Amino acid sequence: MAIAKPTEATRVAKTGWLGRLSDQLWRSPRLLLVLLLLPPIAWLGIVYLGSLFALLIQSFFSIDEFSGLINYKFTLKTYGELFIPANFDIIVRTASMAAIVTLAAIAIAFPIAFFAARYAKGRWKAIFYLGVMLPLWSSYLVKVYAWKLILAKEGILNWGLETLHLSWLLDAWLSLSVIGGNSLSVSYTGTFLVFLYVWLPFMILPIQAALERVPGNYLEASSDLGARPMQTLRTIILPLALPGIIAGSIFTFSLTLGDYIIPQIIGSSRLFIGQAVYAHQGTAGNIPLAAAFSVVPVIIMGFYLWGAKRQGAFDAL
Amino acid sequence: MAIDQVNLDIQPGEFFAMLGPSGSGKTTCLRLIAGFEKPTFGSVHIFGERSDGVPPYRRNVNTVFQDYALFPHLSVLDNVAYGLMIAGEEKSTRSKAADEMLELVSLGGFGHRKPSQLSGGQRQRVALARALINKPKVLLLDEPLGALDLKLREEMQEELKLLQRRLGLTFVFVTHDQSEALSMADRVAVFNEGRVMQVDTPESIYKYPNSTFVANFVGASNIVPAEFVSALTGKACPASLRPEFIQIGYGDGYSATVADINFMGAARRVTVDLEECRLRVLLGVDQEAPRIGDQVKVSWAPENLHLMEQNSGNR
Amino acid sequence: MRSDQPAPLSIKILAGAGLLFLHLPILLIFVYAFTTEDKTYQWPPPGYTLKWLEVTWNRPDVWEALTLSVKVASISTLIAMLLGTLCAAAVSRTRFFGREVVSLLVILPIALPGIITGISLRSAFNIADIPFSFWTIVLGHATFCVVVVYNNAVARFRRLSGSLIEASMDLGANSFQTFRHVILPNISTALLAGGMLAFALSFDEVIVTTFTAGQQATLPIWMLEELVRPRQRPVTNVVAMVVVIVTFVPILLAYYLTRDGDQVAGHSK
Repeated sequence: MAIAKPTEATRVAKTGWLGRLSDQLWRSPRLLLVLLLLPPIAWLGIVYLGSLFALLIQSFFSIDEFSGLINYKFTLKTYGELFIPANFDIIVRTASMAAIVTLAAIAIAFPIAFFAARYAKGRWKAIFYLGVMLPLWSSYLVKVYAWKLILAKEGILNWGLETLHLSWLLDAWLSLSVIGGNSLSVSYTGTFLVFLYVWLPFMILPIQAALERVPGNYLEASSDLGARPMQTLRTIILPLALPGIIAGSIFTFSLTLGDYIIPQIIGSSRLFIGQAVYAHQGTAGNIPLAAAFSVVPVIIMGFYLWGAKRQGAFDAL
Repeated sequence: MAIDQVNLDIQPGEFFAMLGPSGSGKTTCLRLIAGFEKPTFGSVHIFGERSDGVPPYRRNVNTVFQDYALFPHLSVLDNVAYGLMIAGEEKSTRSKAADEMLELVSLGGFGHRKPSQLSGGQRQRVALARALINKPKVLLLDEPLGALDLKLREEMQEELKLLQRRLGLTFVFVTHDQSEALSMADRVAVFNEGRVMQVDTPESIYKYPNSTFVANFVGASNIVPAEFVSALTGKACPASLRPEFIQIGYGDGYSATVADINFMGAARRVTVDLEECRLRVLLGVDQEAPRIGDQVKVSWAPENLHLMEQNSGNR
Repeated sequence: MRSDQPAPLSIKILAGAGLLFLHLPILLIFVYAFTTEDKTYQWPPPGYTLKWLEVTWNRPDVWEALTLSVKVASISTLIAMLLGTLCAAAVSRTRFFGREVVSLLVILPIALPGIITGISLRSAFNIADIPFSFWTIVLGHATFCVVVVYNNAVARFRRLSGSLIEASMDLGANSFQTFRHVILPNISTALLAGGMLAFALSFDEVIVTTFTAGQQATLPIWMLEELVRPRQRPVTNVVAMVVVIVTFVPILLAYYLTRDGDQVAGHSK
């Protein structure tokens, strides 16, 4: 292929090292790719993956019971310790809490997401969006602190119940075993409420995103074919929102599994996985057991993600 | 899209069209000239110089993109002046030049607007002005009129043609619209499946298509099967017979039955069945139309039956 | 799935109650900041005062923590903006083997529970004998901030038509000029939004920080200590209010910067 007559085939070459470097990059796009990826991969690959790997390795070491020093020999003994009742209880307790928090979050998030996706327009749409975004992004600690204020004995919740003469209801609830306790702020119920509150926005957004993609005429078609609203909800909306629900549950589940601050501030003295990790690496100095404990949420989440991927949940993220 | 066996010579000052269905390799060809793609084999020479390894920004060619690719963050004036800004021209010089360029494409006074505030036709003109300001030796146009409606497209075809003559530039024009290619170009290259089927003037391509593909893609044509051609001329190859070159009468000719008649405004399309093949005939609306089922005689001047001896099949 | 019909009352009530549930606790913080009670969390507050604003203003430890947090967040944000943009450019502008791996690598620090990121970094610092400092905090924060910048930048790069870059090069601009005059102006708002969110994320982070900070206290660490062992409740109340305001500003700005088009500004937290 040629265009004839030899004049000014190329522009006057702009020299200078930037120009020459640009030419070089144009000729070899692979070099450009390497230059672009080098800093982030170096950072994340070496600093982050390296650290994760270091942690994983330590979980295969063990601690000498007498000297309290780490024994640098490959062993599965530390993983075995996870299954002694005291430790296994912690895992079961954390996973159950994560599951209950997730279910409750779905129940509360769904109407909000449904309203925002189907009925909110213009100004209200923006208000709903920010109404979810602001709590999502506002300080985690402040949110926990707010609940410390609410659940305190002299706090607003007790005051409200007293004013309504409903204190007996709370007392009855607190007298229940397991979920009860001396007061809300030292009971599982309290821990549950705070978890639910703090992670709720993470459930709303993916469900809303999934619902936004459901064409409105599906619902009209369903009611046109004679379905009552609840039937439409069960047979059309819920299945189509499922990827969003699963995506949201990944957040709520994972965040609950790894948290150690909420149960420390609001809750009973019984430990969650996060607290166990913190305690073993800190005062106890049992790094291998802390490492093994921290592998547990990773494994649980691995299974969870694998199941979610099969449901197509990642399209809704 | 891979292209293969493309060998083109484009002359300076020529309006050259690359015509073909989508995916035929015409745009790839254009992008090779512009430097957006690199040939794995072979090379592009621009004004005699090999341009392998020459990045787009060092080539003296400019492009009008199919989607115009106007910079959304710049005003119309700054869009047009972009090339001069990069070249390091003073602000006053480049504003003046850009204003003149906008006048040339009859968009004087639109300089302060944003591209998003313009209509499709206006954006197209801005894209043209922006590409011309660097005074390229070759202007590449990638389906520049594709997004415009019919009336505007016809206007722009005329304007582009006038502009090209006035500036004496080489235009390389990619289109899938055969009537556009025929009406504007000095020469046309017909592409199909990554190959150039034929390169010639519009008239020659229309009258003397070298393959069934070209005959069918450029205008509508009857492909007379080789057996029939062999009986007529003694040469066993398919032939192209344009519908407007066929007469229908009741005197001499080949016997045929009228199978269908379609009224098309300026003409009637009559489908007739011969014993050997089916032909489509264009009749002026002033001519008397036969009826479906009539027995008629069809005839044509022998020189209008164009033999395609090099026919490379339907590739 | 927009509907022009008015919403059924039951859905309105449920959705409204849900939003109230999300916002009332935060509003409560604002009330407590002005209470005259300083020993307990008594409700309703026995009286209101502006005294604690002044007391907090004159507390050097709060100022130190705030300054440290702002410094850490600023530097982490800058690093995250650089790394996130590079990664987004590589992933969206070229196709290469392992793209998925790169995206996963970017998301991982935020997908895994913070405690794992924290303890990993801490044990790595121990192994490598790196003493805890300002920079170890930044290292942790920048790592999980990359993803928010990356997500915003990727969304914008996707909308940036490839022919704009070709047009710029066609008109004589080399790669660097094209970046400066075409790419940067077109992705700047997304980068800014990503940066705002990264700042908010870092400013608020506590879990990873407890593992990567030595003796230094960022504002969240300061708050955490107060939460575990309340010593100066009124000051904590005021600090909590300030933190809410400080994080709301970048979030609102990020929202306005990206609201036409990629409304995904915060989906990644």
